[in-house]
Amino acid sequence: MKAAEVKGALVEAMRIAATQLPADVVGALRAARQRETSELGAAQLDAILENVDIASTGSIPMCQDTGIQTFFVEAGAGNPFLKEIVGWLEAAVIEATEAIPLRPNTVDPFSGANPGDNTGRFMPFVNWELTDGDDVVITVLPKGGGSENMSTVKMLPPGVGLKGIQKAVVDHIVACQGKPCPPTIVGVGIGGGADIALKLGKKAVLRPIGSAHPEAVVASFERDLLELINRTGVGPMGVGGATTSLAVHVEYAHRHPASLPLGILIQCWADRRAHVRLAADGTIEVS
Amino acid sequence: MKRELTLPIDEAAARELRVGDILYVTGQLFTARDEAHHVMLEAHARGEDLPFDPSRMALFHCGPVVRKAGDGWEVIAAGPTTSVRMELFEDRFLEAFRPPIVIGKGGMGDRTQAALEMVGAVYTHYTGGAGALAAGRIKRVEAVYWLEELGMPEAAWIFDARDFGPLLVTMDSAGGNLYKQLEPTIAENLKAIHARIEEG
Repeated sequence: MKAAEVKGALVEAMRIAATQLPADVVGALRAARQRETSELGAAQLDAILENVDIASTGSIPMCQDTGIQTFFVEAGAGNPFLKEIVGWLEAAVIEATEAIPLRPNTVDPFSGANPGDNTGRFMPFVNWELTDGDDVVITVLPKGGGSENMSTVKMLPPGVGLKGIQKAVVDHIVACQGKPCPPTIVGVGIGGGADIALKLGKKAVLRPIGSAHPEAVVASFERDLLELINRTGVGPMGVGGATTSLAVHVEYAHRHPASLPLGILIQCWADRRAHVRLAADGTIEVS
Repeated sequence: MKRELTLPIDEAAARELRVGDILYVTGQLFTARDEAHHVMLEAHARGEDLPFDPSRMALFHCGPVVRKAGDGWEVIAAGPTTSVRMELFEDRFLEAFRPPIVIGKGGMGDRTQAALEMVGAVYTHYTGGAGALAAGRIKRVEAVYWLEELGMPEAAWIFDARDFGPLLVTMDSAGGNLYKQLEPTIAENLKAIHARIEEG
């Protein structure tokens, strides 16, 4: 009974993510179109905005790459459904693949076989974070391959400092050119370790555009880096223009004295996400 | 320059297309990503005929979302995939199959550029991720090949398209290359950005 309800809510969240671009992203794309001075860049933004409208009106996926279904679960330690959630997520992915539909994207790296339902070994992937309280909040992130291919980790010598981080990020954005489908959202993870920096970068991408990091120093670093990236002239889809990225979001962890890990996580303009909140009393909200 | 084209087109017509042209294509497209490129090149190496004629169609780097509809198929979303993955074998593919137009995103490398010049073809950029917009311009799925072996994204789908675009020509048969044209400006911008970072 509860399983069917939660599965339905998860399928709905995956449908919202695949078909409706969040309002903050649409707003940022429209603002970028207003500012764009390159004719070719403006034409790319027009096509993106028209595409977003068609997808939303027709409730069809905005991009044929409906991604690898990735979930971030903030798990309230007191929630009574915790044990069942992984099974529900897998069942929901199978149903969503058929119902929305989603492109079957999971491939066995050894045999090349595609099970056809977006599941497989460690798929869908679930990131767990234990939190206080009783609610479970599940964020759906369908991550496309084109932008994920442009994500990277760099182990910088700590001596390069924050300036070295800025240079490494801008250099990387220029090297990517149009491949990750700009204008992008850049998640920058600093510190921790190689895997932690990338994970922090991916988590940073989940923040809505327009939100600033709660710490003033980090927020200012985000603003400066965005401005630097948009001076490159790479532009929408790499055809030249004023907007290469819509936002830079930073998350950090303390680092080893010998290491300065930098995770650069690139999200394409189709910054798709949705949420399901499952309260301890069984109430379910989808947004 | 905005151009409306109806496929098939001959080599002379393809050689007239230039970087900066915006094309709207009516006619047949075939999709091919990494795996379909492999399968087609292997068939060619064995001297086998293909079940369709790629020289009369545009090559579309695309792994679509399609759904069974009655006896046929319905295209749900069909935007371009990143083309540079196909750089490994696109020159051989163009020489073997001679599609006059390549549709993808992100551009390709020097080997493909040389092949475009040799066979007389253009590479066009379609807005990445615009899968719903593209699907609306595909009127019919005419056929699909190697679906069982390769799966939905990697199979070769034959689409009947109308006014498929905007396709921005970014690499042409006369050596024109939009990405290369942008490079000096971006390199100069990057130098200025580094100087700015240093100044703090």
